[in-house]
Amino acid sequence: MTQAPLIKLDKVSFGYLNRNVFENVNLELHRGERLALLGGNGAGKSTLLQLIVGLNKRSSGGIYAFGKDRSEERDFIEVRTKAGMVFQDSDDQLFCPSVLEDVAFGPLNLGMTKQEAIDRSLQTLESLGLSELANRITHKLSGGQKRLVALATVLAMKPEVLLLDEPTNGLDDSAELRLIELLESLDQAMILVSHDQKLIERLATRAVILTDGTLVEAVLHKHPHHHEHSHVHIHAKGSEQHHAHDPELEVHNDL
Amino acid sequence: MSSLTRLETKDEFIWLDRFDPRARILAAIMIALVVIFLSGITTLVAGFVAALFLVLSIGFDYQTLIKRLLAFEGFVLLLIGFLPFTVSGDSLFVVFGWTASEQGVDRAVVIFLRSNIIVLSMLSLLGTLEPEELGHGMSRLGVPQKFAHLFLMTARYLDVLLDEYQRLRLAMKARAFHARTDLHTWRSYGWLIGMLLVRSMERSQRVVKAMKCRGFQGQFYLLDDRVWRAGDSLAMGCLALVLLFLCLVEFL
Repeated sequence: MTQAPLIKLDKVSFGYLNRNVFENVNLELHRGERLALLGGNGAGKSTLLQLIVGLNKRSSGGIYAFGKDRSEERDFIEVRTKAGMVFQDSDDQLFCPSVLEDVAFGPLNLGMTKQEAIDRSLQTLESLGLSELANRITHKLSGGQKRLVALATVLAMKPEVLLLDEPTNGLDDSAELRLIELLESLDQAMILVSHDQKLIERLATRAVILTDGTLVEAVLHKHPHHHEHSHVHIHAKGSEQHHAHDPELEVHNDL
Repeated sequence: MSSLTRLETKDEFIWLDRFDPRARILAAIMIALVVIFLSGITTLVAGFVAALFLVLSIGFDYQTLIKRLLAFEGFVLLLIGFLPFTVSGDSLFVVFGWTASEQGVDRAVVIFLRSNIIVLSMLSLLGTLEPEELGHGMSRLGVPQKFAHLFLMTARYLDVLLDEYQRLRLAMKARAFHARTDLHTWRSYGWLIGMLLVRSMERSQRVVKAMKCRGFQGQFYLLDDRVWRAGDSLAMGCLALVLLFLCLVEFL
């Protein structure tokens, strides 16, 4: 790739309390990429994500983002506006009384006037199909709505990169699907921290795994595979017991 | 379950909602200020009846109203139970060798009426506002920004905190914990509270991080498009006249 990466970590290490969480991590994110960041619990995925925007301080190594080397808190203020972070728990992200105020918080911080910020927020909400939530009180939203609004608060700042920390965590199937479809329609480069197979399968263009304190490139591949297995099917009570499943999709042995 | 929220009313929209939250806050303050200077039984009873009418006009869900009132009335009952016996004056009656004074009973009645007028009007005027409207109203009335935002953040995160408390409590119950009078119980409660503090602190750190990610640099903003209408001024004027009338009856 000839274009300079949007974000580049060069031999970055992080540790606290004399314990190294990860060492010599190299990572590049290019325009148009959706990078899945995988790894077990406590591997330091969220930490790595927060390190990119300077919320955690690295012990050593260089961070290059949006055309510049970033080291001081001052440098990262700009990084944070260009790399929008969506937090795992939306209650952490939504702190304003109303949805509109929360979405407008970022644009106002960018120095927009109130009217500009309101217009931008309403546009953003509309583009996500959330217009009707504008005047709702944030803590009375459902979990799925909160996550979408949290995404809106970040998108309202028109970031070039999205950093998503377990975006589908705690969502039910329909909310999850809606979020995945929304994310798929966005053209920002993304780093996705997730365990969600569906999300990674639909979105990721590349994957890396954080394991044993180092980051290694993973291979994302798809190949047709065919296996016969039994698994539990859950249907509403009263529906017919012996029903056919589409043989094209899978081979089923109903229990 | 939430605790810091608008009091339940039978209809979602009450007649007070036609007025600007600022007008309702000002009205509550005016009523409180005038009532603490009233001490004549006639004016106080008139005020109390008016406050009762205000409560009735709103159509509260009485269960929640009474629950909120009980927290306060318990304290008042204690006070009016003791006052007759602790204020010295002309003896009125004797209970178990304790003498109740006329002045004491007088004082107790005045305090009962005064405090109830204030609490009933506060519950009607302010208790029926969403905390968010109240915060916006306060801020537009010139309450310091820090205080307004502190209030709004409290309203925002109280539920989250309460949820966390209930999850911890449930986890304790699930492991057969029940309150006894022993050290284990006290220690467990200590841990519960300690855990809540730790979690709140961690949450606040995450909230700050999330705010920084959106370019937070120490400035909060409130967007609020309520406009003060002629109706608000008119209502304030009427209230002022009624209060003035009460003062005139009292002091002339």
